[in-house]
Amino acid sequence: MNGPRLTRREFTAVLGGIVLSFSLAPKVVLAQNPARLPGSLETNRTLDAWLRVNADGSVTVFTGKVELGQGILTALAQIAAEELDVPLVRISMVSGDTGRTPNEGQTAGSQSIEQSGTALRMAGAEVRAILINLAAKKLGVPADLLKVNDGVILAPDGRKVAYGELAAQADLKREATAKVSPKPAAQHKIVGKSVPRIDIPGKVTGAAAFVQDLRLPGMLHGRIVRPPRYGARLESFDEATVKAMPGVIAVVRDGSFLGVVARREEQAINARLMLMEFAKWSGGPLLPDPSKLYEQLMSLRSEDRVISEKDAPLPAGADMIEATYHRPYQAHAAIAPSCALAEFKDGKLTVWTHSQGVYPLRATMAKALDMQPRDIRCIHAEGAGCYGHNGADDVAFDAAMLARAVSGRPVRLQWMRDDEFKWEPYGPAMTMKLKGAVAGGRVVDWSFDVWSQSHNMRPGDPDGINLLGSWYLAAAKRPGPARHAPQPNGGGDRNAITLYDFPRQRTTHHLIMENPVRTSALRTLGAYANVFSIESFIDELAAAAGIDPVAFRLAHIRDERERAVIEAVAKAAAWKPGESYQKGNGRRGRGIGYARYKTVATYTAVIAEVEVNRTTGIVKVPRIWAAVDAGQIINPDGLINQIEGGVIQSMSWTLHEQVRFDRNGILSEDWMNYPILTMPEAPRVETVLINRPNERALGAGEAAQGPTAAAIANAFAAATGQRIRELPLTPERVKQALASPLIGKPLIKIRYPIDAASDVVEKSL
Amino acid sequence: MAISLRVNGVTRSVDAEPDTPLLYVLRNDLELNGAKYGCALTQCGACTVLVNGAARRSCVTPAGSIEGNEVTTLEGLGTLDKLHPLQKAFIDEQAAQCGYCIGGMIMTAADLLKRNPQPREADVRAALADNLCRCGTHNRIIRAVLRAAQNMRGQ
Repeated sequence: MNGPRLTRREFTAVLGGIVLSFSLAPKVVLAQNPARLPGSLETNRTLDAWLRVNADGSVTVFTGKVELGQGILTALAQIAAEELDVPLVRISMVSGDTGRTPNEGQTAGSQSIEQSGTALRMAGAEVRAILINLAAKKLGVPADLLKVNDGVILAPDGRKVAYGELAAQADLKREATAKVSPKPAAQHKIVGKSVPRIDIPGKVTGAAAFVQDLRLPGMLHGRIVRPPRYGARLESFDEATVKAMPGVIAVVRDGSFLGVVARREEQAINARLMLMEFAKWSGGPLLPDPSKLYEQLMSLRSEDRVISEKDAPLPAGADMIEATYHRPYQAHAAIAPSCALAEFKDGKLTVWTHSQGVYPLRATMAKALDMQPRDIRCIHAEGAGCYGHNGADDVAFDAAMLARAVSGRPVRLQWMRDDEFKWEPYGPAMTMKLKGAVAGGRVVDWSFDVWSQSHNMRPGDPDGINLLGSWYLAAAKRPGPARHAPQPNGGGDRNAITLYDFPRQRTTHHLIMENPVRTSALRTLGAYANVFSIESFIDELAAAAGIDPVAFRLAHIRDERERAVIEAVAKAAAWKPGESYQKGNGRRGRGIGYARYKTVATYTAVIAEVEVNRTTGIVKVPRIWAAVDAGQIINPDGLINQIEGGVIQSMSWTLHEQVRFDRNGILSEDWMNYPILTMPEAPRVETVLINRPNERALGAGEAAQGPTAAAIANAFAAATGQRIRELPLTPERVKQALASPLIGKPLIKIRYPIDAASDVVEKSL
Repeated sequence: MAISLRVNGVTRSVDAEPDTPLLYVLRNDLELNGAKYGCALTQCGACTVLVNGAARRSCVTPAGSIEGNEVTTLEGLGTLDKLHPLQKAFIDEQAAQCGYCIGGMIMTAADLLKRNPQPREADVRAALADNLCRCGTHNRIIRAVLRAAQNMRGQ
């Protein structure tokens, strides 16, 4: 199948300067007040920005979204093939190239199906109509009598015209109208099917599938030397010794940015080690004290916003409980350290990158390198799964710095394992403080406060330069400020607003404006920790009310689709009402977690079963059930793969993951001190899909993580009667919880109405 | 300095220092993509190849130390036109998300199935305990190995 792989032939074409021309900047005259167009058509308005019909009958699809291992290129190919009535084998995908594809910003937030998929669906339907109209003229048959089968237009009398024959006449350099209706779901033959991923055959046979696999003629190898801690200054290093090492071509220093270029990869690695050994660094601020991390973070300057508020009166006699939850810094920890290739030639820079956003990267690289964006081309090539903003963009800048020093020769730079672990921007540490009150089996008061650093320090910031290496140049660049992001996407406050129908509630986001530890977007942003805490606390309120957690949730929802996923997961797991109160032997229990991602997207409910070893403190999760409603399903098996992946990754975060550091620097530098879930620990995952063919298709890559964490924490509480509110659920924390009888209780109980005279504060329920 | 290696059934001469890790020789000199750099610490398994049929971490194996041995990489196991049963099973089970770890998984599984043609699920999990997957494809990988074992027994 003609997949999205970058082949050697394609590189040669690129290197030979063959750049095909497309209407990236619309060449058509656009309307003065253009109509709003759906999905990413709004920002990339010409049809040929998306689709090209070739003379051989094949179709080239251009998308600004990129493959991150989530199967998006297969899903988008399905959508285009469906609307055009072309078999999948004749679709080829071009993605994420500032020289060729639309600008769709970042591939993030589970939005690719909604943005790029919608654009391709509408553009596909319109291009099909254009081709049919051309055929109608050619055949002298009314358009509505023509049918399309596998890219061939058929007249009732048996005459036919293939798409390829019309390719030259079809004018696609025109603005999309979005007036041609796409196919109704009932007619879908490709969308909705578990089409095999187009990239997997190459990946299991050793094709050049990744940016790491690219080899350009004359290519050199680079490595970077980072300081021992954030912000340290390079005082001196032993340039002469390193330059004399075998294969070393250049030692690149600009301020405290230090790197090396060598003929062979192992020579670059050896030179890096030598540079590290003799480099002298000074300064750099101390990190927070890990034993007082959350207090210290909450004491930093923050910008506080109430993002949701409802003010029903409070009934008298309700008991309020309060609990505080924490999530540590967690790493993306891609299996492959970040990698990029860069080449400077005739004042132009070409970068091959696994960035999630080639256009924002280009814009920010231009600022960091004092170049014009038009002189930089960023071309996406796959990396390992990134799960958000890892070192991908930073390594692209680093590679450009090295390539500039050896102008004319391409440089391949892959970070070492410790570069990735110690310098990637982590998912922020967070504190969630919840208060709630129950009366008559219903939640009558609810408040949620979340403290977090920024979850979006990606390239593309209008004011700052969010590229690691640029902060260490002699003319040091500055990162952008932390910024609030509007709901429903949000940042640290993603999924902070309760989904439940509470008459009285207040949600406050405390955006920490300082960055003592580098952070940015990790899959789900704040949703993972917010849902973990909200859904844990819902169980605490259900317990206070003496109501089964599933029944308690169902009593507080208003949407049939919410009800359907909760009921579906309870049915799949054969949930027995009240089972979570049967403490049994304190070793085994089940719990539920639910969320609608970003409050407006995919619905996911998860039930987890845990086994607690009370001696070792090890928590096992033998089984997990998930029920998912992602609207119209494009590829059922792809959806299951994403949900299973989200469940397992979240289980890994929840049981194992926290970035270790002391005041002098990051200590997590490899898989021994940042362990992740292993094969023997993987749970059996059973996923139930609820298809809504007439609803909007929604992304699912980030839907399961929050509910899974809550389900595991609730299962632990059900098994042991103790609640752990600080992630991850390490053996030490488990043993501590089991040894201290009060730890699992809500911290404070206050009887309403609160006034100076009647304020009752108790230690436990 | 020339090293003579036998890789995927072909003898190749490479101009590299004998202490060069096999991984870089395979990737950069022989232009084979199957073995991946993941950690160079033997922790993740992405670089796994077979040396005389046994799984070996190429990231810490000096190329000079395996002259005269038979090295098999993912490319040597099978090709798109002639898939090894493991490769076919990984496609049939759609056992990949990003796929960066998959080459190492397949090579480690090839070693397992050679030693144990009828593995139980627990055997597969144990054999792959030191191969890390970050995307959460664990269950599909386990199923693919079990499916391959079944298909290989049926041949």
